Amino acid sequence: MARPVRRGGYGWLIAPAVGVLLVFFAYPVFWLLLRSATDPHWGMQNFVTVFERPVYLRVLWNTVAISGMTTLFCLLIGYPLAYTMANSSERVRRLLVFVVLIPFWTSLLVRTFAWMVLLQKQGLINEVLVGIGLLERPVALIYNRLGVLVGMVQILLPFMVFPLYAVLIRIDGSFTAAAATLGATPVRNFVRVYLPLSLPGVLTGSTLVFIISLGYFITPALLGGAGDLMIAQMIERQIAHFGNWGLAGALAVLLLVLTVLLLAAMHRLVGVRTVWER
Amino acid sequence: MGTLAAVPPGASAERWWSRARILVCVLAAIYLVAPLAIVLIISFSSAPFLTFPPPGFSLQWYENLMRNPMWFGSLLTSVKVLVPTAILATGMGTAAAYGLARTSFPGKAAVTGFLMAPLVVPVIIVAAGVFGVFRKFGLYGTLTGLIIAHTVLTIPYVLATVSAALAVVNRQLEDAALTLGATPWNCFRRVTLPLILPAVLSGLLFAMVISFDELVVSLFISTPIVRPVTVQMWSNIRGDVDPTIAAVATVLFLFSLCALLAEHVARRHSRATGHV
Repeated sequence: MARPVRRGGYGWLIAPAVGVLLVFFAYPVFWLLLRSATDPHWGMQNFVTVFERPVYLRVLWNTVAISGMTTLFCLLIGYPLAYTMANSSERVRRLLVFVVLIPFWTSLLVRTFAWMVLLQKQGLINEVLVGIGLLERPVALIYNRLGVLVGMVQILLPFMVFPLYAVLIRIDGSFTAAAATLGATPVRNFVRVYLPLSLPGVLTGSTLVFIISLGYFITPALLGGAGDLMIAQMIERQIAHFGNWGLAGALAVLLLVLTVLLLAAMHRLVGVRTVWER
Repeated sequence: MGTLAAVPPGASAERWWSRARILVCVLAAIYLVAPLAIVLIISFSSAPFLTFPPPGFSLQWYENLMRNPMWFGSLLTSVKVLVPTAILATGMGTAAAYGLARTSFPGKAAVTGFLMAPLVVPVIIVAAGVFGVFRKFGLYGTLTGLIIAHTVLTIPYVLATVSAALAVVNRQLEDAALTLGATPWNCFRRVTLPLILPAVLSGLLFAMVISFDELVVSLFISTPIVRPVTVQMWSNIRGDVDPTIAAVATVLFLFSLCALLAEHVARRHSRATGHV
């Protein structure tokens, strides 16, 4: 006599992971966020400080401005790249995927270090520019906004290219062919037909790049100057230099709220499946 | 696109676009790959300081990496952290993936979301929170603390990889094993695990690479005595730049590359043998 197949009873397998994350992830994050309202005493004073003092407003503005610029440049470079990946032979496609994937899997610190070597005053780029007579003397390419953007765009480009590619590869060529038959010029065809069809990819890639940029720490800290302080560096500074957990907590709340709101908006607009499925 | 619209003004726009596209792709490829190539080359430089192109070839920076106790000690610390991290994260992540795939209960989506949350919360927030709490727990500046923190950060990667593989496992095979009298454990070990093994292994490799590369959380909870190699790099990068960093960078890069290749081979092999 066949025994009935026993199913279920596997739920406990989730317990170890959930337990570890509750104690060592959720609790620490919650503890930090709570500091914003309890340190040094109960109240909203830390948030008031952030929005009143020009120093902190400047940091918030820097964070949004640098993230916005990074997103814009990633889009400008990423769109033609993803377009080529989606509309080329298998060989070219593979080569481009490889080129985008290699840095994706390389340590952030390694890549940032590489830019420090290349962009410094005695670095290769300055030497070449002076050598071909484009510059009279070496110019500052790092420890300023330019350095931060060069580093961040390189690191975040894959997060723009892959979601875009996932959308572009599915665009039906017959739409643009039909538009062309009906007399649309290539420019008009692109602007009125292709671009709107690719918009979900543009939106997903841009949101991802923007969100990741918001919390960036290593690259701006190493390639930026005093005027490029971003929110993550300010959180570190408040804790490591001033022991001001309340203010660090308030900045963390702002960063997390912004991140979650943007993610939720993206989820609403394009659905989360396009994000994770390549 | 639009090959039918061969009117002169349109055609020139099209040609312009395709040329611009090729130019952008070539420049982007250089932009993405060249910095890495330069670090690799510099790590073999015979010059006593950072310079490019290097005047000659030498292995002095790799020698320094192995001889200098500061560098070698930190490399050892990283290995001591990444091995237990990868094992713990793979174990817990695979168990959670299996548990989630084989049960249904109210709020399952919320639990899954919670387990993936370390990917979404900015790492600086995790780092600061973990620093504050680990001091109270007595985990600050310990290997155990680093292992726990890295495990938390890597569980989502294992969970995502293994869940994807479990989603396509034929449940009838498991049903058959259970009907024929296999215990649930034996069914998992003899039927399911072989089918999802490539995904489990790639989860393990991802966990190792992520732990090896992790900097931000480690920066907050490590001390000069217990210091992973990335933190050592960080503190050296900001001082006078020592080309040993290029050698460490090359080691980190080769490690990621090997993991990526191993993952690729595992997938290809599993495809060839008919597994998922």
